[in-house]
Amino acid sequence: MLADLGFGLMVLTFVTAIFSAVAAVVGVKKKDPRWIESSRRGMILQLPLVSLVVLVLLYLLVNNHYEVKYVYSVTSLSMPLYLKLTALWGGQAGSLLFWAWLLSIFTTSVMLRNWERDKEFLPWVVVVTSLTMVFFLSLNIFFENPFIRWWSTIGGETAAMFKPVGAVLINPGDGTGLNPLLRHPGMIIHPPMLYLGFVAFIIPFAFAVAALITGRTDDRWIRITRRWTLWAWLFLSIGLVLGARWAYDVLGWGGYWGWDPVEIAAFMPWLTGTAFLHSVMIQEKRGMLKQWNMLLIILTYDLVIFGTFLTRSGVLSSVHAFAQSAIGPMFFSFIGLTFIVSVGLLMHRWNELKSENPMTSVLSREALFLLNNLLFMGILIVCFWGVIFPLISELATGQKVTVGPPFYERATAPLFASLMVLMALAPLAAWGHSTIKTLGKAIWKPALLAVVIPVVVLFAGIRNFAALIGFFLVALVIFVTIYEIWRGSMARHKKHKEGLLTSLMKLVARNRRRYGGYIIHISMVLMAIGILGIEIFQTQTQGTIPQGSSLTLDNYTVTFDSVAQFDTAGGRNVTRAVLSVYEDGKFVGQVFPRRDYYYESQQPMTIPGLRSNLKDDLYVILVDWQPISAVGATFKIYKNPLVNWLWIGAIVFIAGMFIAAWPDNKPIKQEIRRSRMVQVPGTVK
Amino acid sequence: MKRFPWVLLIAVLVLMGWVGKVNAQQPTPSDDEVNAIASQLFCPVCENTPLDVCPTQACAQWRDEIRLRLAQGWNEDQIKDYFAKSYGIRVLAEPPRQGLNWLVYIVPPVAFIAGAFILFRAFRSWRALSKQSDGQEDLNINQNESDPYLERLEKELKERG
Repeated sequence: MLADLGFGLMVLTFVTAIFSAVAAVVGVKKKDPRWIESSRRGMILQLPLVSLVVLVLLYLLVNNHYEVKYVYSVTSLSMPLYLKLTALWGGQAGSLLFWAWLLSIFTTSVMLRNWERDKEFLPWVVVVTSLTMVFFLSLNIFFENPFIRWWSTIGGETAAMFKPVGAVLINPGDGTGLNPLLRHPGMIIHPPMLYLGFVAFIIPFAFAVAALITGRTDDRWIRITRRWTLWAWLFLSIGLVLGARWAYDVLGWGGYWGWDPVEIAAFMPWLTGTAFLHSVMIQEKRGMLKQWNMLLIILTYDLVIFGTFLTRSGVLSSVHAFAQSAIGPMFFSFIGLTFIVSVGLLMHRWNELKSENPMTSVLSREALFLLNNLLFMGILIVCFWGVIFPLISELATGQKVTVGPPFYERATAPLFASLMVLMALAPLAAWGHSTIKTLGKAIWKPALLAVVIPVVVLFAGIRNFAALIGFFLVALVIFVTIYEIWRGSMARHKKHKEGLLTSLMKLVARNRRRYGGYIIHISMVLMAIGILGIEIFQTQTQGTIPQGSSLTLDNYTVTFDSVAQFDTAGGRNVTRAVLSVYEDGKFVGQVFPRRDYYYESQQPMTIPGLRSNLKDDLYVILVDWQPISAVGATFKIYKNPLVNWLWIGAIVFIAGMFIAAWPDNKPIKQEIRRSRMVQVPGTVK
Repeated sequence: MKRFPWVLLIAVLVLMGWVGKVNAQQPTPSDDEVNAIASQLFCPVCENTPLDVCPTQACAQWRDEIRLRLAQGWNEDQIKDYFAKSYGIRVLAEPPRQGLNWLVYIVPPVAFIAGAFILFRAFRSWRALSKQSDGQEDLNINQNESDPYLERLEKELKERG
């Protein structure tokens, strides 16, 4: 009965979303604000409705209602409460519903803002957000219903929403449980973060479409959605980093990013989102790059849907499986339709979106931002083409191909390096006009300092050219950024005669977006240090050794001390090895790689033993496809130099984002008093 | 006849020595040697999983096959070709540069260069327009020299956008 209630509420939300879209359009056509107000209230109503749907599903998940197919597939009796709750997004049907719920939270927040200044935007924002809601709910209602139940019929078992004729409801008594790979803390929080990022980008897109339809091609829509864009980008970035950390911790291949199409699917909207985040500054300050900004947000929206589609539709396993699946063609059609309509609107307003100021200097700040857009689009094209080419090949020739890491790394490395050059140049470039001379004058000091780094690295014995360039660029960005912050602080310190630290804090407080952005740039290059370290200098070894023996990798020796096997209360069989780690002959600690076998899902999982410091990670896996015992166990050892700078950079990134997103200090109000009239002798009062 | 057993024994000893020498020349390839090649191949069955980390029994057998070929003296290219011919080119980390696969390598740089060219052309036309309007502005300034208020007004309007 609860499942019926949940389904019924879902259908009601779906109908409400359709009503909102229709009412908004009717309101515009009839120029009747009552219809538009009704559409706004319809949007707000969706939040309590879809929240109830989610609550019903959560109740079913927590209370072991295994007659519901979704509950059966993602939970089990042995799972703790918190995992049963997070199983809401553990499977396809639940995660689509979760997506819709997040969208309703954001759209309600938007609907509750003051629309007095922006009445013409409202109906179109309602149309875009409600049609997106209609799409996701239709996927749940018609294709991936989280409330379908198990029935026993004459023909056998089946899953359906409503009782088939002569059928009896089945309760299997227990479920298959959540995929063990998804029980890691990183994986619990990664989908919500990613979805928060995806969904939050819907809002600036909705306003962009509203601006195109109404002809309000100034930067009003950007100013309204600035915070949405920042938060969307923050969540998407954190989601990507969490996914990388999860891969590092549980996938057991010593890396954090494999250029897997599912990873790239989430990365692509981040690329256009980052370009958009930068490019809108130019529109706000100089009235330029308006066409770019529209294009970038349209691409971001469609890549968000495309990313959700790639991870959910099965298209990556086979293009033919996709065509036969129910959900694939729906996604494909929605993306195609929204892209065509959005680009059509953009073409319609193309001339109105021309830049207000010409770009005359190739080294001006605006020109460098334009180059920034080009580079991000370049990386996007590499990623997009690499993901879809195997599908094209299968369709055209029937032959599957793999486009793997060597393709992506070779193509994107120079583009990422160029972005780092821009991170160093752009803060020093002037608006309107810069020359090589002026830029050179600004950059020579940090550049000279930065050259020291690769020289030191060279003297340390590292000859890898890519690494030397990479470390130089990292140092250049850090020194330029610190130099800029220092110059600003010093100027303020001299002018206001306040302490240097006070000057710095007040400088940041007065322009949080700029200085928060600088800190984010530093965080990006800190992450680049980690990436350079692990990608260029990773070493590995594998060997089968008996208890008491050792394996050596570079300056590390790892000795197999013992192994134990035991069952846990959570329905796992754990095989846990203990190894002692020696660095340059000195004992530095122990690591405990594990193999966990989950009885109910019959799935193994390897958890590496990790010894981490700023210099490197020693990452030890118990290879579980070989026999494991004291007589012999197979270990694979990775040495990952500098990898922890990746995670440190991520933490600095979050700090930078909070600074960038925090409102600037309000202007100080000053009371102006009317002065007394002073009578001048000889004048009339 | 009495010599025959001794001759046989010596022959067997020589044969054992030769076999031993052959085996000594071809030690069993280590896991690292196998993984060095397996890491460049992808599992023919699983999605996007490199062969050196794939946990399935099938992948374990394919890694044993790499070990066998290495023991037989095959080099890396020969082993990769063998796998591509036996299991399809999807086992390679990148499509071989032939036929339609050339598009993988050509499209991104061509698209990037095309984009850069379009921007370059746009930039040049902006600069030409700007030079023209600078000339026009000079003319206007000369004409409006006597009206500084109008100049200030126009400047402020421009800044407001």
